[in-house]
Amino acid sequence: MAQRKKKIIIVGGGLAGLSAAMKICESDQAEVTLVAYQSLKRSHSVCAQGGINAAIDSKGEGDSPDNHFYDTIKGGDFLAEQPLVRDMCYKAPAIIHLMDRMGVAFNRTPEGHLAFRRFGGTLYSRTAFSGATTGQQLVYSLDEQIRKYEHDGLVQKMVWHEYLGAVLDSKGVCRGAIIHDLRTNEIFTLAGDAVILATGGPSQVYAGSTASTVNTGAAATMAYMQGAKYANGEFIQIHPTAIPGRDKLRLMSESARGEGGRIWVPKREGDTRDPLKIPEMERYYFLEEKYPLFGNLVPRDVASREIYDVVYNQNLGIGGQSMVYLDLTHKSKEFLQDRLGGILDIYKKFTGDDPKLTPMKIFPAVHYSMGGLWTDYETDSAGMIEPKSPRNQMTSIQGLYAAGEADCHYHGANRLGANSLLSCIYTGLMMGPGVLSYAAQVSKSTEDVPSSVFDDAKSYWTGRFKSISQLNGRENPYKLHRDLGEMMMANVLIVRDNKTLEKAFNSISDFETRFKDVKCVDSNDWANPTPSFINQLYCMIQLSKIITKGALMRDEFRGAHYKPEFDLKQPSDFDPHEYIHYQEQKNFGEVKDDAFPKSHLDYMKRFEANNNKWLKTSIAQFEDNQPNITYADVNTSLMIPRPRKYD
Amino acid sequence: MSQKTIKLKIKRQDNPRSKPYWQEFEIPYQPLSNVISCLQDIQKSPATANELGVNPVIWDCSCLEEVCGSCTMIINGRVRQACTALVDQIESPIVLEPMSKFPVVRDLMVDRNRMFRALKKVKAWVDIDGSQDLGEGPIMADSVRATRYTLSECMTCGCCLEACPQYTKDNSFLGAAAFSQVRLFNLHPTGAMHADERLEEVMGKGGIADCGNAQACVEACPKNIPLTDSIADISRQTSLKLLKDLLLK
Repeated sequence: MAQRKKKIIIVGGGLAGLSAAMKICESDQAEVTLVAYQSLKRSHSVCAQGGINAAIDSKGEGDSPDNHFYDTIKGGDFLAEQPLVRDMCYKAPAIIHLMDRMGVAFNRTPEGHLAFRRFGGTLYSRTAFSGATTGQQLVYSLDEQIRKYEHDGLVQKMVWHEYLGAVLDSKGVCRGAIIHDLRTNEIFTLAGDAVILATGGPSQVYAGSTASTVNTGAAATMAYMQGAKYANGEFIQIHPTAIPGRDKLRLMSESARGEGGRIWVPKREGDTRDPLKIPEMERYYFLEEKYPLFGNLVPRDVASREIYDVVYNQNLGIGGQSMVYLDLTHKSKEFLQDRLGGILDIYKKFTGDDPKLTPMKIFPAVHYSMGGLWTDYETDSAGMIEPKSPRNQMTSIQGLYAAGEADCHYHGANRLGANSLLSCIYTGLMMGPGVLSYAAQVSKSTEDVPSSVFDDAKSYWTGRFKSISQLNGRENPYKLHRDLGEMMMANVLIVRDNKTLEKAFNSISDFETRFKDVKCVDSNDWANPTPSFINQLYCMIQLSKIITKGALMRDEFRGAHYKPEFDLKQPSDFDPHEYIHYQEQKNFGEVKDDAFPKSHLDYMKRFEANNNKWLKTSIAQFEDNQPNITYADVNTSLMIPRPRKYD
Repeated sequence: MSQKTIKLKIKRQDNPRSKPYWQEFEIPYQPLSNVISCLQDIQKSPATANELGVNPVIWDCSCLEEVCGSCTMIINGRVRQACTALVDQIESPIVLEPMSKFPVVRDLMVDRNRMFRALKKVKAWVDIDGSQDLGEGPIMADSVRATRYTLSECMTCGCCLEACPQYTKDNSFLGAAAFSQVRLFNLHPTGAMHADERLEEVMGKGGIADCGNAQACVEACPKNIPLTDSIADISRQTSLKLLKDLLLK
């Protein structure tokens, strides 16, 4: 008898979910059910604009996957898991070629090869791009491949369905998923040999973000509440350039700076002149002045902090408001239309101003979560990723996997631009063979799991949604969400201090109290999103605790987590290579007192002591309704952690 | 002193089988408002101009920056995305209706599954041998890439079909979006290897020959996709194929 095909449930129709689905489908060993909150082609991956990184070195600049690895690790302030990042950077060129073969309309050179541009945190042209909607184009091409598999009967799509949680058996092994039909409001279980969460990030926890409305982080949080570890939650990327707005802060891609965009403010406080009438002499190009080497293309954490400093500490925001200029007017209209047309049109549509004619007004916004569900991996004897290991991308719940923004290992304390599309596709593809080997060897197949396991899960969730729909308090859930998001904006953002964080953490219990008084404001029993939203809001409250407590406990300054109190104050003439020499000398015995300038040696000792204490992945586990945070070592076996410097 | 407000008139429908009805809303004016932020304000305090405690208005949305296509609806008589409908730029009261060419799910939310089925029918994908590393993709002139990119920006929003007089709820017309996708994939060097299969799918009932050439699609497309060029091109490709099939029989 032919062996039964394995059943894999993939939650999420963005890049990570679609990549995993494609990889698993083509093995022909499993049937895939793709669960998505909305129609495919609508996921948040479409919002990524600027590009995807791969060290193909088409310009002969001497770039290599090792350089890509170095930039990514350094950009992430050494908190990323090195074997995984190395593998990702080595696989990146093949991923770009694959996407190209699938028909992504990547911009080309005159000879018809792939064109590349520069992005932040690197000195190489490493970013392949498809106009200014690269994420959209990548999602579409993967969606098309999945449509082919759907046509061939290998994928069943379940759109307009929400994942509520994992079905866990008596040993805590994931045996399937609880699914909520967003139209009929029916709740049912799906049996699966493995479940993949490719459910994106949690930026809706903040009121001012570039996130899509669906990015509540609820699925990952539910996994956390079911026992999965949530790692590095406090590392939230603030993108330096977003367009102010009421319903959301729309991203202005880093590619605007990659193509020559310059950030500046008028030198005079409160200057209200038309920006085009302000002479060069009276403009302050603060990134270019402070970081002559990387200029406007410093990594995002650095750029956001500098903008914040210029606006709030130096009071130089445009016309006294919290905005700075992002200026492309020195470039020709034809060049801009070709290279950045899509995003410049968006700016014009939402503000009425044409960026080809007048500088854009921008400000930082919450953008990405470096942290997410902790996932495992396995290396072979040479330290390379074991491609078929069932451990790859598995969360701490057996049989439950995570990929894409929902995972945690690829970006450390700060993500580089154009690395997120890469990590989403990489994780999706990389995990495929491992998920299949897990499904092949899982001790009991789903048919042998007692039906009570599924029945219990279903009755729990049916009961929970019934009680949610009967909530009749005084709090409007949408308003409560906004208030929570504003609290997080005010207290857990770019510049962090313990007093404020402690106050913020305590205030979350007020939100929990208010949550108990929520009213389910929609009484319809058909296509009613409010009960779901209330459940997601509950998850977002839990998430805000993970983020805030993680931030409170981490007493250091690393990447996007900036606590001025713990800034190690790098001497301005310090060279990071000194630290490598210092480490080498240490390994050979002792460091002579006169080997380095004293201020440098003192700094390096501070740096080393800080790393010994804090170069750790923070791990949150759900205990007694609170995140219990512990710290785990980071694999830094491939590159010695060293101070970052971009000037 | 009267506060400046935004007035909205919204066509509502509780489920696919029930009758639509109208409700009017009035919310405080705030700068930078768009139709989405108005609907969000209604969510936060769902009440009409003269009735407290109504159900919030339901609509479809995701990215809010006009790349996902979700929030398409009819605003003041014109089909468009709600996110780019800025309050300061449109007439008041703002009249919102669901798209009329697709079944209403609830209120302003419609079911556009027919569009995705059409993409499946016309085989809107490039056939590849697999995701293993097979080296570089085909060399392509940037001008071809540019044409393909423009076509590939289609976000399956349905504006072109809403505007099309030929596309109705009870026929099987594929519509401009799907024809344009055939052109997109037939333009790709690898996709072209299966061009005939796609053309066959648009040559039957509901296919390209049913286009009445009203040219309303191209006017309605928020991404300025040259849909009428695509229709002309696919007409030409299918005519050539007919001729070829006839001669080679």
